Amino acid sequence: MLELRSVSYRYAGYRRLALDRVDLTVADGEIVGLVGPNEGGKSTLCLVAAGLAPGSIGGVLTGAVLLDGESLAGRPTHELAGQVGIVFADPASQRSGIAGTVFEEVAIGPINLGLPVDDTVARVRGALAALGIEDLALCAPDRLSGGQSQLVALASILAMRPRHLVLDEPTAELDPEGRRLVEDALASLARTGTALLIAEHDRQLLASLGARLVAIDGGRIVPAEGAAA
Amino acid sequence: MADEAADLSAPDAQLLARLIPPTPTVWDRYNPLTKATLAAATTIAALGLGGYLTQGLLFAALVLPGAIAGRVVWRVVRTAALVTLPLAVAVGLVSVFTRPGLTILFRVGPFDATLEGLDFAARVVVHLFVMAAALILFGATTSPRAFVVDLERRGVSPRLAFAIGAVLDTVPAIVERAREVLEAQRARGLDTEGGLLRRATSILPLAGPVVVGALHHVEARSLALEARGFGRPGPRHLLWAPADTATERAIRWLLLVAVVALVVAAATGAISHAP
Ligand SMILES: Nc1ncnc2c1ncn2[C@@H]1O[C@H](COP(=O)(O)OP(=O)(O)OP(=O)(O)O)[C@@H](O)[C@H]1O
Ligand SMILES: [Mg+2]
Repeated sequence: MLELRSVSYRYAGYRRLALDRVDLTVADGEIVGLVGPNEGGKSTLCLVAAGLAPGSIGGVLTGAVLLDGESLAGRPTHELAGQVGIVFADPASQRSGIAGTVFEEVAIGPINLGLPVDDTVARVRGALAALGIEDLALCAPDRLSGGQSQLVALASILAMRPRHLVLDEPTAELDPEGRRLVEDALASLARTGTALLIAEHDRQLLASLGARLVAIDGGRIVPAEGAAA
Repeated sequence: MADEAADLSAPDAQLLARLIPPTPTVWDRYNPLTKATLAAATTIAALGLGGYLTQGLLFAALVLPGAIAGRVVWRVVRTAALVTLPLAVAVGLVSVFTRPGLTILFRVGPFDATLEGLDFAARVVVHLFVMAAALILFGATTSPRAFVVDLERRGVSPRLAFAIGAVLDTVPAIVERAREVLEAQRARGLDTEGGLLRRATSILPLAGPVVVGALHHVEARSLALEARGFGRPGPRHLLWAPADTATERAIRWLLLVAVVALVVAAATGAISHAP
């Protein structure tokens, strides 16, 4: 379960609150769709929920962010990996740049978790298969299409098997086929009990995932109009 | 690696073998650290040892065999020459005319070009050429990723290995970006062909943004990497390692001892007048 309790956050060097007393709960196996206007605070909420803000990028946070009831405060980002994963919209900046093949790129997370080689291999195979990209295993990560790169980025997180997953416009760069693959993967993740928070402009995707919609505007949770089941 | 590989199923082991970057020639196949040690030793020797003959011998003994075995003779010589050329012109102009000497070759205005000046410039250029060639041989026959994996296997921290990898990876990107910007300038009619000095000064203002842009990219990458557990303490089990042999280990130690001996000899003045 992922919980935000009255969370306010401001970016380092800014006085304005980017999040203003946000309360949000994503239960295990639940899919919450985060919607709202541009600059509304969706991406900021994603960074906060994944512990990157303030953990890695600084800034000031009040209130509490909890993973399975445990506060993130003061815990280094690398320690949270494996518990909460985050996927961004831009595939290029999610590429490590140190892997020669897609297989090695996806293996970075499991290796960082200290897993033995056979476990790492099994997880990478599983993550690639879940997204239908086994055939990319030996490709160079920097020679993929935008859609393929995004699937690799998602696979890289799936291979760590986090119980909580935060996705910031994960299908923004995908074609319909890629979107369908991601949608299927997310749906089956939720079935395994993973808590999913998805910021997304594409209401279609959220609707077909049966996501509970939460809207954010000006850094505050507002009533979601036209909320889907 | 052997103990871990033993646990793997045959298909897994086969897959991992295919992750290793290709090593098309005998020279590529040597361990990255061996090639790095050779390059470093050659560079230090070329820096410390005197005359043309020694430099020629260093090149013939420590660079040429590898370049031949790695089938990169032309590439090494051409790139080393390209790197050395701008410096050669600069050093040449300054020293040919400003080194005092007895043998005057010709005069330009108030300046005397001396044989001693020419000799000095040539020495500097030859040193630089041999050093550049040694480093280029390493770069041309070593996959940066293999080098990084090898360093990490030997206990270099993943962070440092990542930084080295990022730098090695960024160099071609920076060169490429600089080339693009130059071409764009040329297309807009800016003079980038002109004299060497003019070219150099036209690149200078570009260097800032190019380097900063590259660093920014590295920063965004390290944030995403951190979210994937990078920097987490504890053991890490890598998927493959470049081959290494006892012979190569012995060669590395030998090179190290030779370099130390050389530095000591140079410091005590024993070899200040190598031919
Ligand atoms: N790195 C940052 N530093 C300072 N302020 C930021 C930063 N990123 C976002 N903001 C500010 O925080 C507020 C919320 O932005 P955020 O990116 O979270 O919105 P968003 O809902 O994701 O928008 P979009 O739909 O355009 O992606 C905006 O006012 C924005 O200017
Ligand atoms: Mg956003």
